[in-house]
Amino acid sequence: MADATAPAAPVTTSAHGGSPELQHQFDTVDQQREASSFGMWVFLVTEILFFGGLFLAYTVYRHTYSQAFAEASRHLDITLGTFNTAVLIVSSLTMALAVFSAATGRRKAIVVFLLATMALGAVFLGVKAVEYSHKFHDHLVPGPSFHFPGPDARPAEIFFSLYFTMTGLHAVHMVVGIGLLTALVLQARKGRYTPEYHTPVEVCGLYWHFVDIVWIFLFPLLYLIGRHIH
Amino acid sequence: MSAVTVPPTTEPVAPPRVHYLNSRYGLKSWLLTRDHKRIALLYLASVTVFFFIGGLFALLIRLELLTPAGDLVQSETYNKLFTMHGIVMIFFFLIPSIPAVLGNFFIPMMIGARDLAFPRLNLLSWYIFVVGGLFTLWAVVHGGVDTGWTFYTPYSTTYSNSYVVVTAIGIFITGFSSILTGLNFIVTVHTMRAPGLTWFRLPLFVWSHYATSLIMVLGTPVVAVTILMVGVERLFHLGIFDPKLGGDPILFQHLFWFYSHPAVYIMVLPSMGVVSEIVTTFSRKNIFGYKFVAFASIAIAVLGFLVWGHHMFVSGQSVYAGMIFSILSFLVAIPSAVKVFNWTATMYKGSISYRTPMLYAFGFIGLFTIGGLTGLFLATLGVDVHVTDTYFIVAHFHYIMVGGAIMGYMGGIHYWWPKISGKLYPEGWARFAALVIFVGFNLTFFPQFVLGYLGMPRRYHAYPEEFQVLNVMSTAGASILGIGYLLPLIYLFWSMRYGKAAPANPWGSTGLEWDTPSPPPTENFAVTPVVRGEPYHYSHEEVEIVG
Amino acid sequence: MAQHVVPRKVYFAVFTALIVLTATTTGVSFLDLGPWNTVVALGIAFLKATLVVLFFMHVRYSPRLTQITIAGGLFWLAILIALTLSDFMTRGWLPTLQKLGP
Repeated sequence: MADATAPAAPVTTSAHGGSPELQHQFDTVDQQREASSFGMWVFLVTEILFFGGLFLAYTVYRHTYSQAFAEASRHLDITLGTFNTAVLIVSSLTMALAVFSAATGRRKAIVVFLLATMALGAVFLGVKAVEYSHKFHDHLVPGPSFHFPGPDARPAEIFFSLYFTMTGLHAVHMVVGIGLLTALVLQARKGRYTPEYHTPVEVCGLYWHFVDIVWIFLFPLLYLIGRHIH
Repeated sequence: MSAVTVPPTTEPVAPPRVHYLNSRYGLKSWLLTRDHKRIALLYLASVTVFFFIGGLFALLIRLELLTPAGDLVQSETYNKLFTMHGIVMIFFFLIPSIPAVLGNFFIPMMIGARDLAFPRLNLLSWYIFVVGGLFTLWAVVHGGVDTGWTFYTPYSTTYSNSYVVVTAIGIFITGFSSILTGLNFIVTVHTMRAPGLTWFRLPLFVWSHYATSLIMVLGTPVVAVTILMVGVERLFHLGIFDPKLGGDPILFQHLFWFYSHPAVYIMVLPSMGVVSEIVTTFSRKNIFGYKFVAFASIAIAVLGFLVWGHHMFVSGQSVYAGMIFSILSFLVAIPSAVKVFNWTATMYKGSISYRTPMLYAFGFIGLFTIGGLTGLFLATLGVDVHVTDTYFIVAHFHYIMVGGAIMGYMGGIHYWWPKISGKLYPEGWARFAALVIFVGFNLTFFPQFVLGYLGMPRRYHAYPEEFQVLNVMSTAGASILGIGYLLPLIYLFWSMRYGKAAPANPWGSTGLEWDTPSPPPTENFAVTPVVRGEPYHYSHEEVEIVG
Repeated sequence: MAQHVVPRKVYFAVFTALIVLTATTTGVSFLDLGPWNTVVALGIAFLKATLVVLFFMHVRYSPRLTQITIAGGLFWLAILIALTLSDFMTRGWLPTLQKLGP
């Protein structure tokens, strides 16, 4: 396997004069960037399966209780839901522009766009908090105080269980995302990100876009089921 | 490719002055290490502790089953014993063992790298493992869980009075340790192979860990979200699996087994990788059908995801789904059989030496075959209806998990012990222990096949009189098995202090990990190796093995 | 990730498309298309997700490995859903079995 007599490839580490951002286990900055990006994609695959379990539960119960789900869905606020969807889409734009700024050396713009993304994320969470409090007042939170008018109370309770679990898990991911962006802002302000090295910005961008995509699916599946039925 | 003679270094060489074990001292240098080799040892210590805790529960189970009456513990306590035995052994020993110990230690070395792709993530994944384990141990100490390791709803969500949520949190957390390890391995193998090391020059140990990592990454998140749903249902009275609210407990089972069946391949695939390394070394022969074995690992990982419904044949699942899962379950046996044939063909006309690792490999091949064949009986819908939830199932999975996976683990620990510790273990004691384990194992679990076939149900602390003789045999076997496992604990520790110094390559094995001193330096290779040939390129010359 | 820098006008075009599609999906949901409502809603969602993946996440300019990884994840989710539904949707086929639900 290893040919002892042939000259071996030289070991390149940061101690040998590579970029200061180069970690010791990698040979080149390109290899490091490739590994980081691929690593984030593998992580996003795990997230697809993680949310996927909930989407399965949703699919099974929607198939079984289609009418009750449609009725329960009408109790969600479509205006706030649509607004929130738009908010996240804008935040994905600002995130993409933050990566663009890093790749083109616009240091101040990186911070501006990252902050904008965070602000939009906070708006999204604020709106969700408002929606949750409305549901609480309307006795639509599953548990002892749940009360749904009509004969379909039981499957409606399942709908709301899934609503809170899925949007709640999504919200937790948003909070983590805002945390990651905070860390990025702090580094960006120190001028850490350059066209040659901005992998953390790219990689966090991937995460943020993924969380947006989850909402892109949650919105129609939760809010838009029974709007055409009156 | 040329046939190169790789003679072992015959004189015991003094270990290098500075290596990964003595390069830095102190607790912080271990607890904050980023060296994959030190992290592997941190895992080794942790999984060993959990192994003996799980073994303690097994001992109590077998003691209760010495007599037909439920006289040692109450039935509720017995429920907790088999639950905790399953949870600790599966989540805190079997799943992490080979990947986190041997995989962490040797994958970078086998591909000529200085470390894994993400060393800090590697350390984090050990801490996550420990934290999850502590949650579970807290639950154990405060009264345990009694739902079975399978957590079936609605018992786990509504009716059980035990520490379901705490245990669920522990397993949820530890799941992320598994996910991060798998992620790290996948990225490492894709992006950090040495120059010249193409995919088909990788050792089969790496292939089997790559396949295992695919399962870890694709399956674990599903059981994580399922456990989350169970916890949320239990804490907040949300009804997702609750039949009173129109929920379906079978949905839980689908979600649970989607991971838990592939999980058994997480437990056995790494062992198969170890066996490939051992069989080639101790037959001094190239593996028969390298590509078949490599692709068989991937096939097992993929097909393993398509068969989970065979755990649910009697659950109320649709009979049509049952038929689909039954046929697919037959298919997954094929790549496993391919591996067994190929190992056997490797040994044919090889120069076999009966060192301890090879004894464990033999044990694996024989016992895994028995376990696997009985799996075919169980894939047969009609047979499974009769033996499901009996001791036949218990025997089946212990043949694979203990007779297969753990034997592979023990073989790997012994095979690589000289490299890891720089010392040779005492061969006489090691062979004796292997024999004791083999005898103890078969005496414990073979009677259970008969018991199950005769109708003794599992998870019962009392049983009809006519089953006592077989149960006594099983308990006797378990005691012998326990002694067999204690022996390596003792002599391996002993060897760390008093063992003979190990040369770089005591077994005369090919493989990049043997090209470094024993123990290796922190950076593994002073100079990145270049790979020019196939793995397992043994010659036919007579070579004397040291150790 | 590619060194390729995506021009801003591509981002703005994708953004506009996403907003239009969002408005569309909300609007269409009020029309009665029978079973097609679900198909249209999911179709639009897939289209939006594809735009985000290809352009905001740069997959259009990424190595093949990235694309295989994403496809693998989605395929595995499809396995989970399809095989589970193979149970739920065939339960009523045998006349003696009780169907779940109303």
